[in-house]
Amino acid sequence: MRIDCHHVWEHISAYIDGEVDAELRAEIDRHLEHCEICSAVMDSTRNVVVLLADERVFEIPAGYSQRLHERLTWLIEQEPPGVNAI
Amino acid sequence: MTIEISSEASCPDSSGRPDGGNASILLIARILAGEKHLFHDLVRPVERAVFVMLLMLLRNEADAEDAAQEAMIKIYRNLHSFRGDSRFSTWVISIARNEGLARLRRRASRPEEPLEPMADESSGDFTPALLTDWREVPLEALERKELGSAIQVAIAKLAPIYREVVQLRDIEERDVQETANLLGITAGAVKVRLHRARMMLQKELIPVMKNHAPRKRGIFGWRG
Repeated sequence: MRIDCHHVWEHISAYIDGEVDAELRAEIDRHLEHCEICSAVMDSTRNVVVLLADERVFEIPAGYSQRLHERLTWLIEQEPPGVNAI
Repeated sequence: MTIEISSEASCPDSSGRPDGGNASILLIARILAGEKHLFHDLVRPVERAVFVMLLMLLRNEADAEDAAQEAMIKIYRNLHSFRGDSRFSTWVISIARNEGLARLRRRASRPEEPLEPMADESSGDFTPALLTDWREVPLEALERKELGSAIQVAIAKLAPIYREVVQLRDIEERDVQETANLLGITAGAVKVRLHRARMMLQKELIPVMKNHAPRKRGIFGWRG
């Protein structure tokens, strides 16, 4: 099986997540060895995934935790847990 | 008060994360038995994920914080209904998501509020940006605020169905089945949406990421 660039693009995400079978992975690897564009697309997509997982991307507003727990303290003083029936 | 809890398939905790398993169940039992103050300890590990989930949905920090507080109150008031057949954090996120969706519905019913474009799974350009001169962006680049902001903006531009999957799979790093259970979709749909979302993010972020990549040394010295 020979695969082209479009075929590689369709499987980039599954490839990064380790969800392609061994045969397809080997084909993609062979393609990446000689295709500069697909190599760059693969690496840049993997870089996006790595960056997304970094906690520094989403900064929580200053005081969020304190305000949340102040409200919870007030709630806990007012009532016992589990007062609602779903 | 009624609460909307999505029906989740059983998802036993096997991750070893501190927010799941017996530790949460034991803590909940103590809270329900009267040690109410332990509720703070129970929700601290998940409060960040709750905020980020709601920010993804509502795209407004103040609304996300308000909704996060309301979700936590619902969790406290419904604590006895957690049966431990999913991870505690999964249960919490499903409640937070329902709170966010309810607010979106209320927002949509107000004519002065602009509606988010409806997601269309059948159309769109999901091909990546093509390039050859790629240099990896180091994680240290996130110390500079503009990269993090650009990533947030790029995610905010995604349709909600893609944004949710990115949040659960790539930001929270939940597995495919847990993501599918939370969103009420199939594992296959999670994979398709995630692939499309990543392609859209790659295309959107390439110009920004190139600015944060290390400079390449040329014949005549460093160049950008």
